[in-house]
Amino acid sequence: MILLNCPNCGPRNVQEFRFGGEHNPRPAAPLAVDNAEWTDYLFLKANKLGVQKEWWYHRAGCRLWFLAERHTQSNQVLKTYCWTARPNREGETCVE
Amino acid sequence: MSFKLIKQAFSSGQPPPMWKPQPLKDRYDVVIIGGGGHGLATAYYLAREHGITDVAVLEKRYIGSGGSGRNTAIVRSNYLTPEGVRFYDESVKLYGQMSEEFDFNVMFSRRGHLTLAHTDGAVRTMRRRAEVNRLQGVDSRLIWPDELARLCPPLDLSDHPRYPVQAALYHPPGGIIRHDAVVWGYARHAVRRGVHLHQLTEVTGITVEKGKVTGVNTRRGRIKAGTVLNVTAGWAGVIADMAGVKLPIATSPLQACVTEPLKPFLDVIIVSGSLHVYISQSDRGELVMGAAVDPFASYSMRGSFSFIEGLAGHMLELFPSLRHVRLMRQWAGLCDMTPDYSPIMGHTSVDGFLVDVGWGTYGFKAIPVSGKMMAQLIATGQTPDLIRPFRLSRFEEHNLVGEKGAASVGH
Ligand SMILES: Cc1cc2nc3c(=O)[nH]c(=O)nc-3n(C[C@H](O)[C@H](O)[C@H](O)COP(=O)(O)OP(=O)(O)OC[C@H]3O[C@@H](n4cnc5c(N)ncnc54)[C@H](O)[C@@H]3O)c2cc1C
Ligand SMILES: [Zn+2]
Repeated sequence: MILLNCPNCGPRNVQEFRFGGEHNPRPAAPLAVDNAEWTDYLFLKANKLGVQKEWWYHRAGCRLWFLAERHTQSNQVLKTYCWTARPNREGETCVE
Repeated sequence: MSFKLIKQAFSSGQPPPMWKPQPLKDRYDVVIIGGGGHGLATAYYLAREHGITDVAVLEKRYIGSGGSGRNTAIVRSNYLTPEGVRFYDESVKLYGQMSEEFDFNVMFSRRGHLTLAHTDGAVRTMRRRAEVNRLQGVDSRLIWPDELARLCPPLDLSDHPRYPVQAALYHPPGGIIRHDAVVWGYARHAVRRGVHLHQLTEVTGITVEKGKVTGVNTRRGRIKAGTVLNVTAGWAGVIADMAGVKLPIATSPLQACVTEPLKPFLDVIIVSGSLHVYISQSDRGELVMGAAVDPFASYSMRGSFSFIEGLAGHMLELFPSLRHVRLMRQWAGLCDMTPDYSPIMGHTSVDGFLVDVGWGTYGFKAIPVSGKMMAQLIATGQTPDLIRPFRLSRFEEHNLVGEKGAASVGH
């Protein structure tokens, strides 16, 4: 993978970005989780061999944190999109 | 030995194989998934120290095809935490006896290991490491540029570089060893003691009944097992997932490269924590160089141009005289990174399913001690004191082993 498609800026050299790890949603009620759920959230990883949903940060660009779906063996990026509290709609941009 | 070599030279054909192929049984007491150094060493010590020989090592490709045959072979024990230092030091000692034990030259060269400090913060960390090391009886001390200049004349110690060298942590017993010989030595001696070694045998599933492991599925059929050990480094998460176990591991590629052979030029190992590069010279004269892991998690073993560019830039700040030297080869291996830069060894939530993983960029040097400790754990069911700090449950106890300060440079 050489290019990553920032939802704001378009295709850019991957070196402009910082990898943010696999998508790992924060527990909905952080104060109510037990130790096992908290450990899972803090440390455990699916570490998937296959298509992984993950965070990226456009550090040397628009400073947007966004999501990508990438195959972890071929590094092929299937899509990149903005995070929203509700499910993404097809073709949606980051500016609401 | 030399007579055998001469005889071989006059005979035709291949040298005799180091071990014979064995039949794949449908049950073993212990099944070890992964034919890297850690898996083979565990098999060897199970047979040698505990008389447990109903053991199979299952390897997807060929032995040493993972990190054990791709690393830069640096062996040292100057870590940051007392538990880390004790553990790795035992490994260095075992490496010291290996050539004799195997009657096979593993070419261990204790040439001295130097970690450069370029900032006040780094000097402080080195000083702390030296003190922790010495308290554990490990030869390690802070040295200043005058001594550094004597130990490594080609190093640029002027104030010209962007980050001038201020001091270094000197660890005289640190060295280089021939990684393939380590893998072959363990394999040969494990097989001699009755262990079955099955290459081209990929594990595709693990069967668990009522919370206890009962066997594995492979591309060559099902195998029942009393104990299953996951020692697959970069693939540790994939294997653990087959048993329904989630690990605190992310797999990242680590790259390395070698230059064309040069005349003897560098007889110590030089590491820069701040620039994230390291270098040593092999017996063939090539400079072996590496850096930190790639900037994003992946199972890809392709090299990247940005690695070469970054590494070369930093290397020239340390050794400006290398600017005309050509690179010969570049490669990558997969590293199983944990949040505290320490391994995970021992039981999991599935009875009989054990792990020896999380070796990240530093697991080659741990092969002997880890094999010995895992064998003891499998044979006795008791976790040896030396590896208790590295248990998987440390994460739910929020009791991590912070080794980042000594292990974040990939070697
Ligand atoms: C470039 C590089 C430089 C390094 N430099 C150093 C260094 O200088 N010093 C140091 O101490 N460490 C170093 N390391 C780290 C070290 O190489 C590893 O930590 C160590 O080799 C891990 O050994 P292992 O036996 O656990 O795993 P590996 O040697 O990776 O073996 C795991 C095996 O499991 C097999 N496998 C995977 N999936 C399956 C399956 N489904 N079924 C069957 N088999 C399977 C693989 O084929 C592989 O052979 C370096 C690593 C790299 C990549
Ligand atoms: Zn952008």
